[in-house]
Amino acid sequence: MILALLLIPVIAAVLSLIIRNDMLRRIILILAAIGHTCVTIIAWSIEPAPLFNGWIMLDKLGLLFLTITSVLFLACSFYTFGYLAGEARNKKQVFEEETIFTNAPEAIFCACIEAFLATMTLVTVSQHFGILWVAMEATTLASAPLIYFHRHHRSLEATWKYLLICSVGIALALLGNFFIVIADTKPAAEGTAIVLNALIQEGHNLNIQWLKAAFLFFLVGYGTKMGLAPLHTWLPDAHSEAPSIISALLSGALLNCAFLAILRCYQVCSAAGEAKFCQGLLVLFGLISIAWAAIFILGQADYKRMLAYSSVEHIGILALGVGIGAGATFGAVLHAVNHSVAKAMLFMVAGNLIAIYKTKTTKEVQGILSVSPITGVLWLGGFLAISGMPPFGIFVSEFTIVKSMIEQGRIGIAIAFLSLLAVVFVGMSAAFLNMTQGQKNDNLQVKDRPAGVFKILPPLALGAMTLMLGLYIPPVFDRLLHSVASAIGGY
Amino acid sequence: MNNTADLIMIFLVLTNLMLLGLSRMGACIRIVALQGVVLSFLPLILNQWNFEMHLVLFSIVIISLKGGVFPWMLNRTLRELSIQREIEPFIGYGISIIAGTIAFLTCMWLSHRLPFPQPLMSPLIVPVAFFTIMSGLFLIISRKKALTQVLGYLVLENGIYAFGVALVKQQPMLVEIGVLLDIFVAVFVMGIAIFHINREFDHIDTDQLSRLRS
Repeated sequence: MILALLLIPVIAAVLSLIIRNDMLRRIILILAAIGHTCVTIIAWSIEPAPLFNGWIMLDKLGLLFLTITSVLFLACSFYTFGYLAGEARNKKQVFEEETIFTNAPEAIFCACIEAFLATMTLVTVSQHFGILWVAMEATTLASAPLIYFHRHHRSLEATWKYLLICSVGIALALLGNFFIVIADTKPAAEGTAIVLNALIQEGHNLNIQWLKAAFLFFLVGYGTKMGLAPLHTWLPDAHSEAPSIISALLSGALLNCAFLAILRCYQVCSAAGEAKFCQGLLVLFGLISIAWAAIFILGQADYKRMLAYSSVEHIGILALGVGIGAGATFGAVLHAVNHSVAKAMLFMVAGNLIAIYKTKTTKEVQGILSVSPITGVLWLGGFLAISGMPPFGIFVSEFTIVKSMIEQGRIGIAIAFLSLLAVVFVGMSAAFLNMTQGQKNDNLQVKDRPAGVFKILPPLALGAMTLMLGLYIPPVFDRLLHSVASAIGGY
Repeated sequence: MNNTADLIMIFLVLTNLMLLGLSRMGACIRIVALQGVVLSFLPLILNQWNFEMHLVLFSIVIISLKGGVFPWMLNRTLRELSIQREIEPFIGYGISIIAGTIAFLTCMWLSHRLPFPQPLMSPLIVPVAFFTIMSGLFLIISRKKALTQVLGYLVLENGIYAFGVALVKQQPMLVEIGVLLDIFVAVFVMGIAIFHINREFDHIDTDQLSRLRS
């Protein structure tokens, strides 16, 4: 079954490269996404058999992140269908400058996006740290051409930064892998393979100093990919220059996969009794990320960049939640789901806005509600969801985290957290409300062609999902979340 | 045998310091290549010159990549894009070397703090590998050109490779997949060559890649 999960997108990618018909290629993309999601749903009821001596196995933690990735990709594939149909084949102008550019061939786009899904799936199912590392490296390689879909120098710049910064991160993560091996070295006996379960069983026999160093390198290495401040510098550029649908995938799925990689090392450290050390680091990086994002969200002139910084903020909340531990772990796990769904929705709507207004500048977008009511409502709803308004899901997860902080008597962190959230809220509401309200600028040439059903339904579905998660969490899903939380040291 | 490993480590330290102080791109490419070639003998030396098929093949792959393919690609890109051969550091050569020396001392101190669980072929391996990694990072952040950043990345990778080969004997697979890092190097160089990063941005200085700053 795991093989099917991996092979479906790979086969689709190969087909995309061979097939010459654009329409057929888009249909294959959607079929692959549906197939992938179906297999994922089956994996919920039937536990898939492990492969390669358990080096590749789907545990609860992996299943959760696989589900997030798969569902997001399904929504994105429908959106992509509409997006690719609407993208003009001929030369276009960069919004900010006078440069003319063309898009990358659609075949490459489809193949890369499917390969991207395959690599992210591999991240979620790998239990062996080496395979996990290879999969993370592959996500970088598969997603770089996607960021450079619009072939102009701004996106080339973003792609270059993405590749360079992330590959340095990946190199450091490899060093972290070496450290784990060294921590596992016994003077006499042969060391075990660095498979998660074996390492957790070894637990207290591991060399603590090297294990701590390993966690540090994992945190810095994969943290670069995950977008923890101050290692996030590639993220705003890549998110603002990539096509919106790619930003949605990067933010919603890829950042989570990197977080999963850090959590794997965290699991080993907890087994060795070093959870406190790791939690301290996670809290520190989490708070720095939230603060950093809050500063840059205030007065951000570009709304896609603002969404990117909001991702840094929420990634910080994930790290903070796991760092606080106990009940906050559940909050963090739930938050990972909520953030992915809400942020993907917002990026999709942002893509619609760009198609309507032809600009990414916040000031030049006004009166969305009067120009395109559906888009306006979605944009407003997305804003309420992402800033943690009840009854949306993020409210529940953030509330759970704060509650656990207070229960543990970590009042200082709770106050800092809440006041930073308030700053973010102020910054985002100023931008979002100005965009949705206000008069339509008459000088602006607003294209009257409405966004197709393919570009409205996916964000609508995701919005409904985040609303549902705020009101009612299905029992099956609740059980999964709790077992994931207990796997990473909470409840 | 110990002596050979020690010699290689000392060679690494010296080449790192040289890279920090060199101003010509061509010379830097040659030195990084030399570093890679010398390092590729490390697995054989550590295995007492036992010519196991597996190890020899691994060494050959490393030599041909680091000593052959990359220098050739880099030199060709250098020629074709007629990049100015001066390196243009953000941080001067003198200060770079001083920073390098301080970094080396820090690495020595660090490796004392982090005792290795097994006896080693050469006590220098841990600090020198760390130092090479640090030099690579320093070169990436302190030099302006995209091509020099690639060189810095190669040095960083050499450090990680030295660390892996010397220490991770039980997990040869993990070290071997590390070769995949080289894909990035190839992608970088091809990126510069194919997308003419110097032409599109009118120059190859990455500090000019700053339109997206906010």
